[in-house]
Amino acid sequence: MDALLFLIFATIAVVCGVNVVVQSHPISSAVSLIGVMGSLAVLYLLLGAEFIAAAQVIVYAGAIMVLFIFVIMLLNAGGETRRGRSLMAQLLGVPLLIAFLGLMAFFVERVFPGSPRVHFGSFQGGTAQAVGRALFTQFLLPFEVISVLILIAILGAVVLAQKEMD
Amino acid sequence: MNFFLLSLIKAAVVAFVLLTTLAYLQWVERKVIAHIQVRIGPSRVGPHGLMQPLADVIKLITKEDLIPPYVNKFLYLLAPFLAVTMALLSISVIPFGGGFTIFGDNTWMQLTDLNIGVLFVLAISSVGVYGIALAGWASNNKYSLLGGLRSSAQMISYELPLSLAIAAPLLLANTLSLRQLVERQSGYYLGFIPRWNVFQGPIPQILSFIIFLIAAFAETNRIPFDLPEAENELVAGYHTEYSSMKFAAFFMAEYANMVTVCSMTTTLFLGGWLPLWPESLGSSYLPSLVFLGAGAVALYHGLNPVRKPDRITLPVVAVVFFVLAAIFLIPAGHAVLAPLFWFAAKTGTLLFVFIWVRGTMPRFRYDQLMGFAWKFLFPVAVVNLLITGLMVAVFS
Repeated sequence: MDALLFLIFATIAVVCGVNVVVQSHPISSAVSLIGVMGSLAVLYLLLGAEFIAAAQVIVYAGAIMVLFIFVIMLLNAGGETRRGRSLMAQLLGVPLLIAFLGLMAFFVERVFPGSPRVHFGSFQGGTAQAVGRALFTQFLLPFEVISVLILIAILGAVVLAQKEMD
Repeated sequence: MNFFLLSLIKAAVVAFVLLTTLAYLQWVERKVIAHIQVRIGPSRVGPHGLMQPLADVIKLITKEDLIPPYVNKFLYLLAPFLAVTMALLSISVIPFGGGFTIFGDNTWMQLTDLNIGVLFVLAISSVGVYGIALAGWASNNKYSLLGGLRSSAQMISYELPLSLAIAAPLLLANTLSLRQLVERQSGYYLGFIPRWNVFQGPIPQILSFIIFLIAAFAETNRIPFDLPEAENELVAGYHTEYSSMKFAAFFMAEYANMVTVCSMTTTLFLGGWLPLWPESLGSSYLPSLVFLGAGAVALYHGLNPVRKPDRITLPVVAVVFFVLAAIFLIPAGHAVLAPLFWFAAKTGTLLFVFIWVRGTMPRFRYDQLMGFAWKFLFPVAVVNLLITGLMVAVFS
């Protein structure tokens, strides 16, 4: 059952990911990216990291992608125009890509032979309690540093926006 | 009975009750706003307008369902689907009552108790914003686009104080599961004051309750925060170009969001399905008393009717209320029905407050609305969280 769900949602994630590139209108690409985020959240759930799954949907799919969509709507970006592409690029593109990915998979298997298989549900540190405890004991310094980084980003955004208003 | 079949039956019951509630919530809203404005409201379609929701559903289904040729078809059709799916999905984690036994299986009056229940509701409402943003954009209409953008900007701005207001009682309860949140509000101080989160030590969550309620008004696009869909401002906002069932989907989504935020308020702050005073002091008899009182009032007005049809309809209503009171008197039903009554009473009171505010207050201008969120409500929510954290750290 876990393997079947993984197969379904991984396929959805890959198809949506390819669709991001293939679509001609940026809004359609953004909506496909939301599909990728949702499928990733389900994959996190399958692995047992439920807090990360919820955070993925709330933060990434629910706030960051909304911001992307706002910007695209406000910029009134139209669809791309398809100019003529060379026939050779169209015929050779996808087979070469598949061959390249196959080669990469072969090399990864050669360099890391017999990597441990993923057992769905064997990860115990995915609850909110475990993540919270880790963030405030083991990973306290990176946590504080990241919050300072976000503060710098916010201040930078405020300064940039103000300059354009003058 | 195996788990799958039981869950299917529970889901069917909850879906049926929810959809009927949505339809009659619209009837209640129209009648209450009418009486606030000293008029009657729907009164012709069936006794006291009770068949009005049915007439509205038939009208919406049989309307011409046209898709304008200038819209982006896929997103135009995806938007109401997203809106209504997300709105109906968040009911699946709300606890309606305690545990009960059916055909030998112990089960809860809740569709599923996730151990990240609160995060699930927040996630679903975050994704629900897309329904409105995409509807506004896909309609290829400047009023829709402006309405959609304003509405979704408002919703994501008010999600911040909403989440911070949720975080404060979570500090008291130490759990994200909605059922455990309610169970940690059980018990009484001094024998009669309930330990709901609005009353609970070390710090009563009254400020969080108020912040959550204000942010909930903005999240569901209700007055005083409903500029993006006000009729005299933007035609009809993001659902201008929608007709028939797709419009009904947005309508249903708005009312379902209202029910969801009222249920969340009840669960987080008002003790969910727990009674107001202990059962040892007789709180299980309150439902019967309320229904008996309502039946008596209906009977009295039926005997001195204002309008002629009331001579028949009001005594029928009185009989229905007396039957309900009798059902709540059965001792076997107490454990199952009394929590349900308390949950419905608290949620219903909050829904009445939503409708009351709609009939009473004017609406904010859009820049006042956004300024209020970022410059006032968000800092207040942060300060509230800090105070709660300080009190919890010092006193436990």
